[in-house]
Amino acid sequence: MMKVVEGSYGIADAVRCCSPDVISVYPITPQTHIVEHLSEFVANGKLDCEYINVESEFSSLSSLIGASAAGARTYTSTTSQGLALMFEVLFNVSGMRLPIVMTTVNRALSAPLSIWNDQQDAMAAREAGWIQIYAENVQEAMDLTPQLFKISEDPEILTPSMVCMDGFILTHVYEPVEFLDIEKVREFLPPYRPEYVLDPKDPKTFGAFADPSWFTEFRYLQYQAMERAKKKIEKVSKEFEEIFGRGYGGLIDTYSMDDAEVALVTMGSVVGTAKEAVDELRSEGVKVGLVKIRSYRPFPEEELKIALKDARVIATIEKDVSIGYESALLTDLKGAFYNSPIRAPIVGFAAGLGGRDIGIKQIRKIVEKTSRVLDAGIEAEFEIFDVKQECLQEGYHGR
Amino acid sequence: MEDSLFAPGHRACAGCGMPTAIKLVLDAAGPNTIVASPTGCLEVTSTPFPESSWRVPWIHSLFENAAAVASGVEVALKRFKRTDTNVLVIGGDGSTFDIGFGAISGMFDRGHRITYVCYDNEAYMNTGVQRSASTPFCAKTTTTPTGKMSLGNPRPKKDMAAIAVAHGVPYVATASIAYPVDLRRKVKMSLSADGPAYIQVNAPCITGWSFGEGDAIEQSRLAVETCLLPLIEYVDGVLVGVKKVRRKRPVEDYLKTQGRYKHLFKAEGGAEVLAKIQAMADANAAKFGLLD
Repeated sequence: MMKVVEGSYGIADAVRCCSPDVISVYPITPQTHIVEHLSEFVANGKLDCEYINVESEFSSLSSLIGASAAGARTYTSTTSQGLALMFEVLFNVSGMRLPIVMTTVNRALSAPLSIWNDQQDAMAAREAGWIQIYAENVQEAMDLTPQLFKISEDPEILTPSMVCMDGFILTHVYEPVEFLDIEKVREFLPPYRPEYVLDPKDPKTFGAFADPSWFTEFRYLQYQAMERAKKKIEKVSKEFEEIFGRGYGGLIDTYSMDDAEVALVTMGSVVGTAKEAVDELRSEGVKVGLVKIRSYRPFPEEELKIALKDARVIATIEKDVSIGYESALLTDLKGAFYNSPIRAPIVGFAAGLGGRDIGIKQIRKIVEKTSRVLDAGIEAEFEIFDVKQECLQEGYHGR
Repeated sequence: MEDSLFAPGHRACAGCGMPTAIKLVLDAAGPNTIVASPTGCLEVTSTPFPESSWRVPWIHSLFENAAAVASGVEVALKRFKRTDTNVLVIGGDGSTFDIGFGAISGMFDRGHRITYVCYDNEAYMNTGVQRSASTPFCAKTTTTPTGKMSLGNPRPKKDMAAIAVAHGVPYVATASIAYPVDLRRKVKMSLSADGPAYIQVNAPCITGWSFGEGDAIEQSRLAVETCLLPLIEYVDGVLVGVKKVRRKRPVEDYLKTQGRYKHLFKAEGGAEVLAKIQAMADANAAKFGLLD
């Protein structure tokens, strides 16, 4: 039976169903409702786990390093500045091969201070060795939670992961969702039984330093595990679908891509809006389709090559900018296709920065601009979309 | 100490005071112990992959998060009902007084049953003797060098023990490698505390302080005998123990044997500094009742 709940509540309930041993959190907008609900579950006995209120995001993730190494299933959630404060710890977690799962609520990075949504925070952490999967809606973010525990904790993977979900747009929306059944989750996600733990009966050293004769091999093994995660994400996604009856595709998903000439590539909650825009345009005879990136790390290079092989022009829409060189997804996609037979032009749009809405109108505008490439060639390979020229005028003081 | 829980073969400098401190601490804590260490001399000298000196489970993550890592270990042990296992942090003064300070405050505040041991060598020794907040007044370091305009570190040593007491930490003590029986007893006391504990162990650094080989223990003893290093013990915020100094020695006896204070005996203004340091030692003696 579906129930209408706030996104954050849905996530908290999905975490509860995963039976974490240790949750360690620090509050930050718009992640707060998730951790408040989790603390309520603990307070009223709905969730039996250790819940630590720490003094910073740096310590929330750091404390989970200790808990995970001691054999605990561990969870945290953060956003934006909190994720940035964790930056050093992110690399350490993945290097230590600890399967911590985090809900990364996507929010802009200061300055200027903005509590609103974009995906700059997680995109800036893309090299950190964490699996990153972007959810389109609340249900997908909920369903990803047990899937990512299962993927991360697999002895062949042992790589931490993030469920990325757009701040406010998904965390604060009230949507009808199907709650997970804890018994079914237990069947899907077995208890965490790590092979290597901190145990006085069998003392081991965790976090030794590696000199140049060893370091490369540690990174190589991490890279291999992330490669293996591609198949694992697909496999676990199918297993989940078999038990719960809900599937979202594997590393990517496609929408109206048959015979599509203009292909949009995007991720996160904007996918829903883009689908609506695609429907509208299709009804008007525009051959447009959509590729939804679910897994950004590992990057679904092969799947994208297949999905986009017949497109005549491709546009990325993403909520991040790499100041100094376009946006990350655009760069990745061009890189993925460079040595392939695909020669469709690729252009990119950084949109929805700091919470600016991307509505159907904006998507249509992007499709229009992208379609022009077919006639006029590439005018601008990359653009920061929806810049209000009047804001840039000297002496302009707002609406 | 061949059966020590801290195995030989580590890469600490010959004459370093730190391994002595670690062996004494582990000896007192026993094998049912998990240790978290921050980055620093101890970490780099004891765990060059694939070797390790640790005969107890040990974890290192970063420079500034050992107290948080240990918090997670302690909480997980609670979860798994393995609370008979001791959890220690053993880290240097740079990570304790400076970069890891926030995480330590959090650990104290949350009341974890963790003994935080700081081996205090009074500067960033692993990176080459830079000043930390533990560096004493007018000691020379590579970032508080002496010169026409400088007599070394311009600030007194931060009082971490008092900060721990102010957090309501149930057991707080200072110790010295020159007093091993006292140190071992304090570690044992800390492990029976119902909550966090803080022990600061003076561990002289032969390269950073510049003294003679084999003198580390003697240096630490001189620090105590001059009253520059009061050995004190607080239980629930109350001063319950003080190591009495039978024959108080002038601070010069301590300072003149170390390269880091050499300038004070030559440079203009050195005499005034020596007088100030003597006044600090006298104040310690009076404050803690170190003399009979």
